[in-house]
Amino acid sequence: MIRIVLPVHLRTLARVDDEVKLAVAHPVTQRAILDALEASYPMLRGTIRDQTTQRRRVLVRFFCCGEDFSHETPDTPLPVAVANGTEPFFIVGAMAGG
Amino acid sequence: MSSVRLLVGTRKGAFVLTSDGQRAQWKVSGPHFAGWEMYHLKGSPLEPNRLYASQTSGWFGQQIQRSDDGGETWEPVGNEFAYDGVPGTHQWYDGTQHPWEFKRVWHLEPSLTDPDTVYAGVEDAALFRSTDGGKTWQELAGLREAKGKLWQPGAGGMCLHTIVLDPTNPDRIFVAISAAGAFRTDDGGKTWQPINRGLKSPHELPDPTAEVGHCVHRIAMHPSRPGTLFMQKHWDVMRSDNAGDNWTEVSGNLPSDFGFPIDVHVNEPETIYVVPIKSDSEHFPPDGKLRVYRSRTGGNEWEALTKGLPQSDCYVNVLRDAMAVDSLDECGVYFGTTGGQVYGSADSGDTWTPLVRDLPAVLSVEVQTLR
Repeated sequence: MIRIVLPVHLRTLARVDDEVKLAVAHPVTQRAILDALEASYPMLRGTIRDQTTQRRRVLVRFFCCGEDFSHETPDTPLPVAVANGTEPFFIVGAMAGG
Repeated sequence: MSSVRLLVGTRKGAFVLTSDGQRAQWKVSGPHFAGWEMYHLKGSPLEPNRLYASQTSGWFGQQIQRSDDGGETWEPVGNEFAYDGVPGTHQWYDGTQHPWEFKRVWHLEPSLTDPDTVYAGVEDAALFRSTDGGKTWQELAGLREAKGKLWQPGAGGMCLHTIVLDPTNPDRIFVAISAAGAFRTDDGGKTWQPINRGLKSPHELPDPTAEVGHCVHRIAMHPSRPGTLFMQKHWDVMRSDNAGDNWTEVSGNLPSDFGFPIDVHVNEPETIYVVPIKSDSEHFPPDGKLRVYRSRTGGNEWEALTKGLPQSDCYVNVLRDAMAVDSLDECGVYFGTTGGQVYGSADSGDTWTPLVRDLPAVLSVEVQTLR
């Protein structure tokens, strides 16, 4: 199972308290994770990536294994530690403001 | 016994204020959707416990929430606002053409005839309609054919912020857009015409009487006189007695005719309210005095309403959707400020009381009279 950590506002919206655990087909990529997440939590559609263009919203970031994967393509395979559930995939609201 | 429910949208959540018909004691609940910008909440006139709310965030985009129990519980419904066909372009700040891009919902207007039908005014300016309680949204794209290429964003963005439904004619809708002007459809939204004749914008437009491009801030109508419209423009308070075909200025003796909200007394169709703001760059009341101005003559002759409002050192703003009137015999008037105060008057504006003082900046105030 893939472990996904949502930012607090999206946890509230999705009504989850903690990490989300989802089965995701391999290869595990950003797109595969987001497809599975939105299928299980339809209220998250449009909150992480644009519904039409499928582009990451500009103030959303993807972190895992201590690295920023936000600027990788959606189909780039994520680290094995994410794919095997050892490490979570973090969806983060970017720092913005003073 | 009647009761009153205020739906208050703020920069950091929504609040619901309730009182009995006396409107002396208020209970505040919230924040609902804490941390999100709540641009607007409004209830269905047919099913008052059916509420719609626009929840938005610079990080996570747009949500539409619906309640069927008067705001006790909420469910996210549809949030996909896809422009019809190829969206095209509009005027950008630098004079170039810029593609239409959805940003947020500014205003939700539930239908007067069907609780599952609701209209959404969005930025970049367009009008959407849902006929399934907010689950799916379709654009009424004919609006953008009304010279949409010439529309341009105002300082707050290019937003469709005002939707007024004609209670006597379901095919007639009025909308207002910053900065494009006012528009009317007489065929249920298929085709639209600009209704800006008589507006003058000498400091904002190269052609002061252009057909489109005016920065209309708000339009109000009394349901008993759907042909009479009142408008707070960027500068100027205006009225029309022919459904927007022509407008005349009724700013009269106002200390400033700049402002955002305008509303009509529930029982007196010629009694209107505005909140003068000093200027387009100084968004606070003239002289640091928060004054609602009331005209009992449909404009031109205005009186300051000050009792209970701060009359020194007050530098808040009152935004376009942040004023509302209830429908009790003694009309209640309410408004919220960017300083987080919500003021109410249970006597048509003669006296005011802060109902709550320290909310986040108030974006919108709507009121429901529950019987």
